[in-house]
Amino acid sequence: MPSLTSRLYSYKFFIPAAIVYVLFFLAPTFLSFFFSLTIWTLSDWKFTGLDNFKIFLTEPSLNIGLRNSLVYATATCALKVVIGFLLAAFLCTDLKTKGFLRSMIYFPNILSTIAVGIIFGSLMHPSHGLINTCLAAIGIKGPDWLGNPRMALFSVVLVDVWKGVGIAMTIFIAGIQAIPQHYYEALMIDGGTAFHKLRYITLPLSRSSMNSVIMLAFIGGIRSFDLIWVMTKGGPGFTSDLIASIIYKQLQGGFYGISTAGNVVLFVIVSIIAVPMYRFLTKVEVDL
Amino acid sequence: MRRKLIVLAVMAAIAAASGFAADRQKLVWLQWTNEPQQKAIDAVVAAFQAKYPIDIEFEFKPGSSEGENLVKTRIAANDMPDLLTYNSGSLFQVLNLEKNFVDLSNEPFASKLLDSFKSVVSAGKGFYAIPYQPIPAGGILYNKKVYAELGLKVPKTWKEFTANCDKIKAAGKVAVIVSYKDDWTAQLLFLADYYNLQAAYPKFAQDYTANKAKFATTPAALRGFEKIQEMFTKGYINKDPMATTYDNAQAMLANGEGAHYPMATWVLASINQNFPDKMKDIGFFAQPGDSADKNGVTLWMPTNISIPKTSKKIDAAKKFLDFFVSAEGLAAYMSVGAPDGAFAIKNVKMPEGLFPATKDAITYINANKTAPALEFLSPVKGPNLPQICVEAGMGLKTPAECAAEYDRDVEKQAKQLMLPGW
Repeated sequence: MPSLTSRLYSYKFFIPAAIVYVLFFLAPTFLSFFFSLTIWTLSDWKFTGLDNFKIFLTEPSLNIGLRNSLVYATATCALKVVIGFLLAAFLCTDLKTKGFLRSMIYFPNILSTIAVGIIFGSLMHPSHGLINTCLAAIGIKGPDWLGNPRMALFSVVLVDVWKGVGIAMTIFIAGIQAIPQHYYEALMIDGGTAFHKLRYITLPLSRSSMNSVIMLAFIGGIRSFDLIWVMTKGGPGFTSDLIASIIYKQLQGGFYGISTAGNVVLFVIVSIIAVPMYRFLTKVEVDL
Repeated sequence: MRRKLIVLAVMAAIAAASGFAADRQKLVWLQWTNEPQQKAIDAVVAAFQAKYPIDIEFEFKPGSSEGENLVKTRIAANDMPDLLTYNSGSLFQVLNLEKNFVDLSNEPFASKLLDSFKSVVSAGKGFYAIPYQPIPAGGILYNKKVYAELGLKVPKTWKEFTANCDKIKAAGKVAVIVSYKDDWTAQLLFLADYYNLQAAYPKFAQDYTANKAKFATTPAALRGFEKIQEMFTKGYINKDPMATTYDNAQAMLANGEGAHYPMATWVLASINQNFPDKMKDIGFFAQPGDSADKNGVTLWMPTNISIPKTSKKIDAAKKFLDFFVSAEGLAAYMSVGAPDGAFAIKNVKMPEGLFPATKDAITYINANKTAPALEFLSPVKGPNLPQICVEAGMGLKTPAECAAEYDRDVEKQAKQLMLPGW
């Protein structure tokens, strides 16, 4: 049993980090739980119980927002996993230009999201945009990418995937390169094809990197805000609103209490989805 | 030539400033970016700096709700400048005027201002700001060339208006320009219909604030959303409405690609920046209602300048406000070009060379056929109105559904303001 002084001594090292953590992470978190129960004007507040949560959860656009956030997260996540994996598998072969191709695919990721949004916003202009002009040249009438309420969300999904697939690919490449060569050799001796390699060795053994990609892409998708805000502002009407853009609109409207309540709700939703998903995914992982 | 004079004036002011730098005071003015009137403001500032040993330095903030949040945050942090540009009406009044701003009711210039303006920047017994721009009028801007070509007359009723639109459409032009990419512009047909709503239901603002009247259950109030949707269902609007911006719309109106643009006269200054030679083709008429003898415009109240209480140079700041509304200040304001509306200051003689559209708007004001926009009569304005108007304008929901949705939206605002009866 160490003496009291020596126990205190070790805690002294912990104090500087603890102060920063409490001041900038714990305190705001607990304050936000408190302010989510008030009408708050930044300089003044009045306690109102659970009213803010009631208002936020009966917000007519919230249903759309929840559904859109789930669709958005699932779609971007699925596309990033599938495309990212195939690209990684392809770029782990003995290709001469693979370094160049890898950087090309990773490149969009280093651009600012706002810039990407603005650029694609003009590329997707229904009659003067580059995309529809190209489609018109081969005789296809392009859709109104961002103005059609049924299309808008998916147009943004495509841009998000274009921008984010590089990260997924990089994680997969790391995972695939960690697979020991002798598995492949064994398969070759047994007469397996390239497809068998992919299906029975690469895919199952890169499971842990796939899990990272799924978790990152899904949580990123649920919390996603910047791209949709630049490209559609949640429009037309409310048809491409996400939970985060609804929360931001409450903040813009000056409803600080309601928007804080919205963030608490988002926090709960992310935890409810992320924790069991993590449990499930780690269960199906295989050891190398 | 005029521009050169201003440049000279500014340079003179700068030279004077550097000469007596020690004796000169400095005021910081939190102004918004992209102010179309900035040239006129700069002229007033230059004239002021030449007259007094006080310099004015601008800090810039974004417009709309981002700017509002910035100001609210800076008030909470006690970090306000000496002068502030802000919207008048409900947006200004939520800033807790009595606590945060300097009361101007005992200033000598107080009696010069129109009471209708003072009422939208007051709280309790005081009033807290001066008008910064001419009074904008909301209605419909139209291209006179298109009207002349097709032999159309300025409509006084909604029926005449839609009849004109049919003819314009038949002639292969865009009858009504909409710019839903900048969704705030979608609100104009709704907001500028308030003159007609008030004509049909004079106590609406009062009952609405007291939670006794709703948009969904008041037929005259529902008309606003119906009018927006009618533009869509009858095919009057331009193609690619969701990709058309405020700037695109201005170009379409100026070039005669489109005949009508539902907007307020604040757009004239920016059209004038890009198409000065087209200003003569642009006219203005009030948004028509159901009967010809009840035809008038909905007025916005000008943006304002106020002095935050935390300023350490309140006297210097008051001098500036006094100068701004003085004959000298107004002369400087108008030295860069004709104003785009009447001033909220008494007995100002309007100069020659007003835009035709401005003249059209002032005719309604002189005939006393005006009503203030609802946001100046009631503090209750829902933040989601732009998107709801887009829903009506793109046919995503029926006008009745939009009205019901907006009624729910304003409820939040009323609760936030803790109004009685909600």
